[in-house]
Amino acid sequence: MSMLSVTVPYWGQSIFRVVGVLLAVLLPAGTFVYVYLFKMVSFMQSRLGPMEAGPYGSMQLLAEVGKFLQKEDIIPERADRRIFAMAPIIVMVSTFVLFIVVPFGPDAVFHGGPQGITAGVFLALALSSISVLGILMAGWASSNKYSLMGGLRAAGQLIAYELPMVLSVLGVVIQAETLDMQGIVVKQNSGSIFGIDWLGNPYILTQFVAFVIFMIAVQAELTQNPFDMPVAESELVAGYMTEYSGFRFLTFFIAEFATAGAFCAIASTLFLGGWGLPYSWFGWSADSIGSVGNWMNVVGPLILFGKMMALGFVIFWVRFTYPRFREDQLQKFAWKVLIPLSLANIAVTAILKVVF
Amino acid sequence: MTLMSDRNQLAYIAAQAADSRVNVEIETEGMTLNIGPQHPATHGTLRIVARLDGEQVVWAEPVCGYMHRGYEKLTEVRSFPQVTTLINRIDWLGSFANEVPFILAAEQLMEVEAPPRAQYIRTILFELSRISNIALFLGDMAAQLGAVTPVFYAFRDREYVLNLIEGATGGRFHPNFDRIGGLKDDLPAGWIDETKAVMKKMRNFCDEMETLLVGNEIFQHRTRGIGIIPAAVALQYGLSGANLRASGVDWDLRRDQPSPMAWNKADWKVWTHPDGDSFARYWVRLQETRESTRIVDQLLDSLPAGSVMAKVPRIIKVPEGEAWVSTENPLGEMGYYVVSKGDTGPFRVKIRSASFNNVSISSWVLRGVYVPDVITILSSLYFILGDIDR
Amino acid sequence: MTQLSSTAETATDSAREALVARLTEVLGDAVVGSYIKPGLDVWVRVRTDAWRAAGHAVRSHLGMDYFDFLSMIDWLPSPFGKGEDDPTEPPPERSTEVVQGYTGGDTRFQMLARVMSSSSHLGITLKADVPDEPFAVDSWIPVYAGANWHEREAHEMFGVSFVDHPDLRNLYLPTGFEGHPLRKDFPLLARMVKPWPGIVDVEPIPAEFDQDAAEEPAEEAST
Repeated sequence: MSMLSVTVPYWGQSIFRVVGVLLAVLLPAGTFVYVYLFKMVSFMQSRLGPMEAGPYGSMQLLAEVGKFLQKEDIIPERADRRIFAMAPIIVMVSTFVLFIVVPFGPDAVFHGGPQGITAGVFLALALSSISVLGILMAGWASSNKYSLMGGLRAAGQLIAYELPMVLSVLGVVIQAETLDMQGIVVKQNSGSIFGIDWLGNPYILTQFVAFVIFMIAVQAELTQNPFDMPVAESELVAGYMTEYSGFRFLTFFIAEFATAGAFCAIASTLFLGGWGLPYSWFGWSADSIGSVGNWMNVVGPLILFGKMMALGFVIFWVRFTYPRFREDQLQKFAWKVLIPLSLANIAVTAILKVVF
Repeated sequence: MTLMSDRNQLAYIAAQAADSRVNVEIETEGMTLNIGPQHPATHGTLRIVARLDGEQVVWAEPVCGYMHRGYEKLTEVRSFPQVTTLINRIDWLGSFANEVPFILAAEQLMEVEAPPRAQYIRTILFELSRISNIALFLGDMAAQLGAVTPVFYAFRDREYVLNLIEGATGGRFHPNFDRIGGLKDDLPAGWIDETKAVMKKMRNFCDEMETLLVGNEIFQHRTRGIGIIPAAVALQYGLSGANLRASGVDWDLRRDQPSPMAWNKADWKVWTHPDGDSFARYWVRLQETRESTRIVDQLLDSLPAGSVMAKVPRIIKVPEGEAWVSTENPLGEMGYYVVSKGDTGPFRVKIRSASFNNVSISSWVLRGVYVPDVITILSSLYFILGDIDR
Repeated sequence: MTQLSSTAETATDSAREALVARLTEVLGDAVVGSYIKPGLDVWVRVRTDAWRAAGHAVRSHLGMDYFDFLSMIDWLPSPFGKGEDDPTEPPPERSTEVVQGYTGGDTRFQMLARVMSSSSHLGITLKADVPDEPFAVDSWIPVYAGANWHEREAHEMFGVSFVDHPDLRNLYLPTGFEGHPLRKDFPLLARMVKPWPGIVDVEPIPAEFDQDAAEEPAEEAST
């Protein structure tokens, strides 16, 4: 790593990487849970939320983690033990793996090799569909009719909404001419729109339709309202998570919020310019990544975090406002509205790319 | 691409499979799901046994009685004032409204009428219990559909009404304030102004619910055309209250049944909706809540002076006879058939509760709907377990 | 709103009298008794075998399309009184005479049903005797579909059978419950277990607090 002027041995780098991933996953999850789930929803519902644990309830998350960890591990008698135990791990693993492709700074990237992961977008979309397996396993292995219904609904919904996600991202890829996430960030920050330099070229401006479709698909992938049929609290109690308690439930819980963080990070990378600020502010050149100042390796993650929080705010705001769709209305929406729209978006982007 | 004959063969096999799935009543072909008795959606311990075919309900049957307290037997060993304490707890969200028909029946038998001030205050408290009951419904139906926020607003604004009821009667949930011949006490000082302020707040609340939910497309998708009950079927089953008015029947016992209460002293409107679906039931109740606030305002302005209790003996013995009085309670038509033998207590009381009839229509209306719609329809019919099970 | 004016009184009177007249016209001698409380309500008693015919008559000919409720009345005075008897005393003498209410009757049990019209807003209460043998009446389900649950409840509470009811099982009570609770000879178990307090103290007086004047000064001297 050339970030510091000290050469770090390989084992040191591995530790950095592990700690980095853990931080990258758990920090956004924790912040999302506290700021949005505990406080923002409470204020929106004209109540205060948790206030006891720590000042203004800030230690509530630690208290909850401790509470879940010390609970008895209950597995239903007729459940399939191995699959029951594996399901939350699979969902968690898919979340961790999703963060690998997100660039946090000009050099703060999880390299897969000397060139890094050149097909980051492709990898991200492929990895995000692993969680469907975990959810289906959870629904089936619980030997509970409610869980089974929740798992089946989830499978249908998650598969249906992957397509709009992929297709909407294609518009960005066409415009950036690369699948590499780092390259997309550089393109956005060094570009210009209508000759205006100081804004860069965040793809949210040109790919607005794709952005909206992507956010809707993300909402569905996270099984949040209005797409939370799999976890419809008033019908299925907790859907595929009904039989899970203790640390297994904690795994699902953290995975849900970490995935929210991951998708928000990917969305801000693809549409809002990721870790970067417009290059024209600092006179960096777009050709080599080395021209970006080294201080961006520290500030970059913070900027990315800020953009992530902004998108997370929108996701959770929508979650706590809308009622939920019925399963067939959900599917209709995905197949009949979102997919044609995203296909149209690709077509228009391609035409405009060639023309301009 | 398969050949025409192969495609025909496949279609034939698929059709056979589908037929066998639906026509044969073997347990393995469908899933029998027990919704309740402990479940977040049902307002209490109601159990719905549903036979599912995928996500569609083939038949559904409500099983009630988990909260049966034997009220009709209990009334036979109590005196008339003691029965009032008991029947408060039938519909516990709008509990003042439960006392009124019973007291009116006893007064009918005794040929006693409460003084005008008592009648006005009874009507005002009746409408306040309607507002608090239906305000909870407005938030709660949203929660059943997945919108988790309006229910908090409903509880918050309902607190104001409950504080009013507590200020006047001493009890938030179980006032036990009605007496044969009038009321226990007069209103406290400052209550009238407080009530007017709260009525403004409740009108704002209704407007909030209208913008938040009625205009929301997802809410409309989930409720329009779901659980349509035609008026003829509704009347056969004895559906009452807002459920009946949402099917287009213009019938409100407050306006159409003469009673010694003060509803005809105020100028108000009966709301109906022609559709008969879940959205209509929600919409009618929303408008009715607003209308109730207007009734309360008008009655407060014209409140007559005087005493709140007529001259009745200390030990009340109701003369022999039978009487039936029913009123337009928040849940529907609630009535008491009181049989008295000249004793201090009733001989037999038949309690006609609204939710009993409202829920009996479930097995008819829940055929062929999806599982999420079961929740929508049940919450739009709006029952209270104490009302079904007595 | 106090007493109705005399013209209004006669007006509702004539409406209710017209109902009774029409019903008598349709059912003939199946109408065994009637009673009108002017301005308030009308009761009609029909013969037991005409119970379902009466239902059809009120629905088709009187325009009563709204089903209010259906139940029974047990006219036997309760042999347990109000459950306030002193258990240490012998039970007091109580009248066991069966006296029916409005429109009379001959049997201990009577059916009670009420229907209303959604257009004229008038209602009519129907009664019918139920003989002890056979303890059954015709079901009203072919007339009003909503009678299903009401008949199930009457069946479990009183024991009466309804002919042609498709599914006569318990509504409130658990399956296998023995007895019919709303009958007057079925005791209210809560009052049997513990009689209404304030009348008698069931706990026996402990020995040292016995009202024996000879022992008291000795005890006080010793404490």
